[in-house]
Amino acid sequence: MTEVEIIRDRGPRNYSRRKFIKGVIAAGATVSASSYLFRGPGVLTAGQARGGVERLMTLSVNGQQRRVDVLPYETLAMTLRYKLGLTGTKLGCDRAECGACTVHIDGVSHYACSMLTHQVRGRAIRTIEGLESPDGELHPVQQAVMDEGGFQCAFCAPGFIMSMAEFTENNPGATREQCAQALSGNLCRCGDYNKILNSAERAVEYMSQRA
Amino acid sequence: MAVIRDMIPPCELFQPASIGDALNLLDQYGEDSWVLAGGLDSFDWFKDRIKRPEAIVDLGGIEELKGIRADGDGLVIGPMTSLTEVATHPDIVGRFGLLAQAAAEVATPQIRNQGTLGGNLAQDTRCWYYRGGWPCYRAGGNICYASAPKAMNAEHCVFGASRCVAVNPSDTAPAMIALDAQMVVTNAAGETVYDAEDFFIGPGIDIERMTVMEPGDLLTAIRIPGTWAGADFHFEKIRDRQSWDFSLVTVASAIRTSGGTIQDARISVNGVAPYPMRLDEAERAVIGQAASDDTGIAAGDIAIRRAQPLRHNAYKLPLMKNLVRRAVRAEV
Repeated sequence: MTEVEIIRDRGPRNYSRRKFIKGVIAAGATVSASSYLFRGPGVLTAGQARGGVERLMTLSVNGQQRRVDVLPYETLAMTLRYKLGLTGTKLGCDRAECGACTVHIDGVSHYACSMLTHQVRGRAIRTIEGLESPDGELHPVQQAVMDEGGFQCAFCAPGFIMSMAEFTENNPGATREQCAQALSGNLCRCGDYNKILNSAERAVEYMSQRA
Repeated sequence: MAVIRDMIPPCELFQPASIGDALNLLDQYGEDSWVLAGGLDSFDWFKDRIKRPEAIVDLGGIEELKGIRADGDGLVIGPMTSLTEVATHPDIVGRFGLLAQAAAEVATPQIRNQGTLGGNLAQDTRCWYYRGGWPCYRAGGNICYASAPKAMNAEHCVFGASRCVAVNPSDTAPAMIALDAQMVVTNAAGETVYDAEDFFIGPGIDIERMTVMEPGDLLTAIRIPGTWAGADFHFEKIRDRQSWDFSLVTVASAIRTSGGTIQDARISVNGVAPYPMRLDEAERAVIGQAASDDTGIAAGDIAIRRAQPLRHNAYKLPLMKNLVRRAVRAEV
């Protein structure tokens, strides 16, 4: 897209020189964004004009305070995986349609692919990496999945385990059916739902033993 | 349409803390602005590069848009209240169970945790030609791909088509109409209150919008009057999968009976027209009648009387007829 097109697209409002220059930068940024990386200089300057959000932020991830430079339009899954190195959070569909990227925000399950990192500033993020206790003891859900051999290829496992963790932590004594309901926002393409639900039931049991 | 579908292209993000600040931003950016609530409708548009706003205005930081509070014998719900909260709030579950059930059947647990009531009501249609970036009427073009001879239109409308045949996908919208809710829309000029059934508009009024809201408008409150609190409710959403999917046909009804006779009724369906439809004629037909299966059958027949199915969606007629029948009969 050329600068001329950008200006024509944006309608009849007055265009300052600054806005013209910004349009040029944005056009450059679109091209460099296609490289899949965030770090091109074009991307870093775009979106910064005229206020908006502060890009440098501190995120609370798995109990740690992490300083990170986040683009205004960056999803949490991108930040976690490509800025913070927390690749346990998987990107399946990137469209809130599979559940592989499920993480906890203040203890509640969300799709990390479908929220902006700036929307979770100041909130507690927990990913699959933060489930085990500091001494390395597995979370009851993780232990249950290990014991039941819960997944086949397991690409969806981190998302399922996060959903399962939130549900079992808050619903002691849940039934298999309630677990299925709670896991209805996660897809398994291997179709291993039976073993996943076995794991969930065992997780409920482990959780009650721990309490 | 070879597009990159991995990340959102550059734009600015604003996170105002008050309705006033948000309105100023919307005013300043006009049609280049985008109101972001939960984001479940927005991010697909951005990632597909079909909608390219210059400035995203995230309403997540505006406390006055959140929460549920009593208002006389009714309720006022902030549009930024999550669907999970709507589905589980004791006042809604106890007195307006219809809305709680509608919210509980939206998509998946994760989406309900993030998606908002306002976003669910104001969401755009899911017609896949339109969502796929085809230059249809709704997108400013001059053709409807979904009603072309070989189009795949099983999910499209049987009522209310006007060039566009897309349907309104909201689950909570028909519940709002059945509960006689009001939508408070605020812009720089002030506040306007709409009845739920007037809030949603069809392509005959404006083919590019789903609701009365134009750029610069914000949905700032949803008022549920006490009128229908504790009535006999029926909500049923039919979809292909019991998770994630949008409805094929949804019915929501609120009925008051006395001694087996229907005293008053509001029935609404969604998934069959470009807007959630109130079934006035069926309502009039059941009021004063026995709350029986026969009344339900009669109401169902009336409800589908003027339907005009497309090539692949005639199945919606018996589906809708039976849902209306059950909505009336269920209160026996």
